[in-house]
Amino acid sequence: MSVLKALLDRWTWTMAWRDSQSTRGRLFLFSLSISLGVAALVAIDSLGGSVRQAIGQQAKTLLGADLVVTSRAPFTPQDEEWLGSLGGESARETSFSTMLTTTNGNRLVNARALEGDFPFYGQIETDPTTAAAAFHRGDGVVIEESLLQQFGLKAGDSVRLGKADFQVLGALRKVPGDSVAFGALAPRVYLPERDLDRTGLLKGVSLARYRRYFQLDSKVDAEKWVKEHESELRKRRLETDTVARRQRDLGRAMENLFRFLNLVALVALLLGAIGVASAVQVHLRRKLSSIAVLRCLGAPISATFAIYLAQALALGAAGSLVGIVLGLTASTGLPRLLQGVLPVSIQSQWEWTSAAIGGAVGMGICLVFTLLPLLEIRRVSPLAAIRAAYEPPRRRSLASWVVYGAMALAVAGFSGAQTPHWWEGFAFTGGLAVALGLLAGTATLIVQLARQLARLPLPFVARQGLASLHRPNNRTLLLLVSLGLGTFLIVTLQLTRTVLLEQLFPPGQKNGPNALLFDIQTDQREGLQALFQRLGLPVLNEAPVVTMRLQKVKEVPTEALVRKEGDPRDRGDRPPDWALRREYRSTWRTNLVEAEHLTAGSMSTAFVGEPSASNRVPVSVEANIAKELRVGLGDTLEFDIQGVPIPCVITSLREVDWRQLRPNFYVVFPTGVLESAPAMFLVATHLPDSQTSARLQRELGKAFPNVSTIDLATVLQTLEAILNKVALAIRFMAGLTAGTGVIVLIGAILSGRGQRVQEAVLLRTLGASRFQIREILFTEYAVLGLFSALTGIVLSVAASWALAHFTFEVNYAWSPGVLLAALVSVPLVTITVGILTSRGVADEPPLEILRQEGTG
Amino acid sequence: MTANFAAVSQPTILSARQLTKSYGRGPEALTVLKEVSFELGAGETLAIVGPSGSGKTTLLGLCAGLDTPTSGEVSLAGEPFSALDEDGRARVRNARVGFIFQNFQLLPSLTALENVMVPLELRSGTASREAARALLDQVGLGSRTHHYPTQLSGGEQQRVALARAFATRPQLLFADEPTGNLDDETAQKVVELIFSLNSAAGTALVLVTHDLELAARCQRTLRLKGGRVLTPV
Repeated sequence: MSVLKALLDRWTWTMAWRDSQSTRGRLFLFSLSISLGVAALVAIDSLGGSVRQAIGQQAKTLLGADLVVTSRAPFTPQDEEWLGSLGGESARETSFSTMLTTTNGNRLVNARALEGDFPFYGQIETDPTTAAAAFHRGDGVVIEESLLQQFGLKAGDSVRLGKADFQVLGALRKVPGDSVAFGALAPRVYLPERDLDRTGLLKGVSLARYRRYFQLDSKVDAEKWVKEHESELRKRRLETDTVARRQRDLGRAMENLFRFLNLVALVALLLGAIGVASAVQVHLRRKLSSIAVLRCLGAPISATFAIYLAQALALGAAGSLVGIVLGLTASTGLPRLLQGVLPVSIQSQWEWTSAAIGGAVGMGICLVFTLLPLLEIRRVSPLAAIRAAYEPPRRRSLASWVVYGAMALAVAGFSGAQTPHWWEGFAFTGGLAVALGLLAGTATLIVQLARQLARLPLPFVARQGLASLHRPNNRTLLLLVSLGLGTFLIVTLQLTRTVLLEQLFPPGQKNGPNALLFDIQTDQREGLQALFQRLGLPVLNEAPVVTMRLQKVKEVPTEALVRKEGDPRDRGDRPPDWALRREYRSTWRTNLVEAEHLTAGSMSTAFVGEPSASNRVPVSVEANIAKELRVGLGDTLEFDIQGVPIPCVITSLREVDWRQLRPNFYVVFPTGVLESAPAMFLVATHLPDSQTSARLQRELGKAFPNVSTIDLATVLQTLEAILNKVALAIRFMAGLTAGTGVIVLIGAILSGRGQRVQEAVLLRTLGASRFQIREILFTEYAVLGLFSALTGIVLSVAASWALAHFTFEVNYAWSPGVLLAALVSVPLVTITVGILTSRGVADEPPLEILRQEGTG
Repeated sequence: MTANFAAVSQPTILSARQLTKSYGRGPEALTVLKEVSFELGAGETLAIVGPSGSGKTTLLGLCAGLDTPTSGEVSLAGEPFSALDEDGRARVRNARVGFIFQNFQLLPSLTALENVMVPLELRSGTASREAARALLDQVGLGSRTHHYPTQLSGGEQQRVALARAFATRPQLLFADEPTGNLDDETAQKVVELIFSLNSAAGTALVLVTHDLELAARCQRTLRLKGGRVLTPV
């Protein structure tokens, strides 16, 4: 209470201001340690606010309609009639992958044949803007802007889809419901539905999607209708999407992203707070005699405490203020950076509440952390004014334990608020505490080690450099923690990114398949083989595909297993709906292919006879789907192939490496069963370069327009671009943390500069050269940088392994390049910053420095 | 050995009874001051002399309430320190005591004027700049009011410390080797100032010094050796 009272006294602030007279500049620099953390919090919260607002405002344009009904097969007349009873306006769309042929090249596109006034909310954005209206009149097609640019096409040019030519009306920029990222993955081409037949494309295409968009009467609640007709929709194998669901899913995904980014920002802020606290500690150490004199003159403990608390508050406020300005500035730039990743268009605006929250969190964390060194003030005896060597007894007081508790609570409270469950916040805090503990432990170890090593008969500069690590008032702990934590975060993010990319780009497949052709009809196989020979392309895999649906699992009809509306029973022991209802594309063969291996049973050879309950077809099932269906060796399945039931028994389980672009299947039949069923073929090949890819696509477009290609290189390039954009945001945050680490490093070096100068001057007086002084500094920072890097690397390998194993559930991929880069760059940055910040220490004449430092 | 109490004609401002100060416990304990007693009347001057390590500074610290004795009692103006907590002792110091240190102990971030104002501000929250300026005039530093300690010579710094010590019109001034860091000529000037201000304000003075000549200017002298009083005052 007395501290609060003193804090409200004007004299306290006057004294705090006067006392900071010679150190204001340096204190301001220290305060910047928290600025980047606050900036990150403000920027992210501000961006999050803008996105939330945009999602709320643009809710209906997220879908472009009130309700979307999707089917994998053409709507039956019964479906049409049933859906017709919904009333309101409707539009229909058929989408499928096909080849777009232009004068400048071909490309696989996502063709969308549209009929009706979709979108009912928002607009199809085109360039020129009139193109959307022209499209609705049926004058031609609109094409993804990036594709037009790629092929140098413009409005008025002609393109071909299947057998039909179309006039290009303009570039497609945005369609309600799609993110730009989607368009980048599969460029969209909108064509009028009435021209679909003319293209002749839909024949022989298995992967088409049929959509109905509805603008419902204001009395009809789409969400309620979907809930009420859940079982009917399931029976008709129709999927739905509503504005409310889209808003919910999107909101959740965005919240998760922002929460994650906020946690990274918190780490930056904590690092900064540790830096500020350490700076305050050094500052107070210098002020010990002033504090003692004030006490001699009759200042009560609360008043002296309040003076330095006021300074710490001012530090926090200054750092937070700079952070707020930086954060608000960044928040105007971030939307542009993330354009294409975010599903809504957001206005850059300054969110003042975010600024206030970021500032308050910055101030709060800074205050809690600086309380620890401030508590030391209470121990300063007035005796220190007459006895310079007087040292107060050092024992942790109850108050310091209370402050430690407050620190842990503040961090856990903030991180708990960022995670869906409070315990995750505590786990995060615990993890952070372990990381900090390990770094602090390493620092203690280094101090001990340096003490031992300095006794060895090493060269003079090495011994002096090592001695700097363990001399009294050394900054080893602070530097190791800040550098190590920065390294840990950045390397973890980098390693995790590599792990995820490895999933997409498995190494060691130089000549492996990188393109997949599908929807090949039986009568097209020979022609295609000839084309491959002409182009010199290998057929790496060829597989027939028969589509089927699951009818029974262990003799229980799938309909009985699918969750019923309002079913209260726990789903734990039943297969998920998607596994029961999906369309299975299966093949037949008697051998294993390269990307798979058996985990149980053995592959069957030929099947003889008619499939029946007593003569079941032995099939091989992929291990993961078997797990989802809750089946194992010897269990029965029954498939429906175009109305014909095929009873099967599982005789083997396979593990499949899905990362390899080969025709991989959930269910493999033996020969003698599916040969007479309507099949299509899949072919995997290796395209050596983009020219060959373009040539193949051109030839396919001419001779086999229904055959689609997935060119892995193109797809992966696009995926990587998207991943990179998200990674950019994450790297931006990691960069802020590293930046904070560097500021803390500069602060820590500057705060120890006085002592360093005294030592350098003494050494120079005793005959050390400037070069030797620099060598001593070099040794110290090299050891610090190296150990920070090593500890950070060990921690990040553990963290990224845990993330890969538990969160992403993928195999861990080593990336020695990243580790090596960290091992080299961290010491390099430490040495550079250390030498730069210490410049002048070795250069000025000893007498000059003595005079400056002695009186300064 | 117990020191005798000398009879004092003035009302007692400072009373030390059986002061003992030890560090540590048990057989390892180090006693730096043992059973020291004396009294000081208002306006009186007392010099504490003795070799290094004799306990002079310890005694000064105990008398000024900067430290607490292991046993014994110090009373300032009849108020026993043992009845007060640290903040209470700080209040008494501010109200009744002035300090001069060997190494001046000016607050380095404050100007000469601000240094003089601090004890006054501590007392009432506000300070008259004029009163502080007048004090600096009195010590001959009227033209250096806005200089920082680093911009002043040692003698000037000690004169600012003197002005600060007398700012609250203390009843008792503690001076710890006030000329220890000054050359002879400057030391002489400072000593003259101390004694003239002391007699002008009627302030009692406790002076810790090695300098026997300086000690001789005090009315009484207390000699310490090994923490004990050699010469009763």
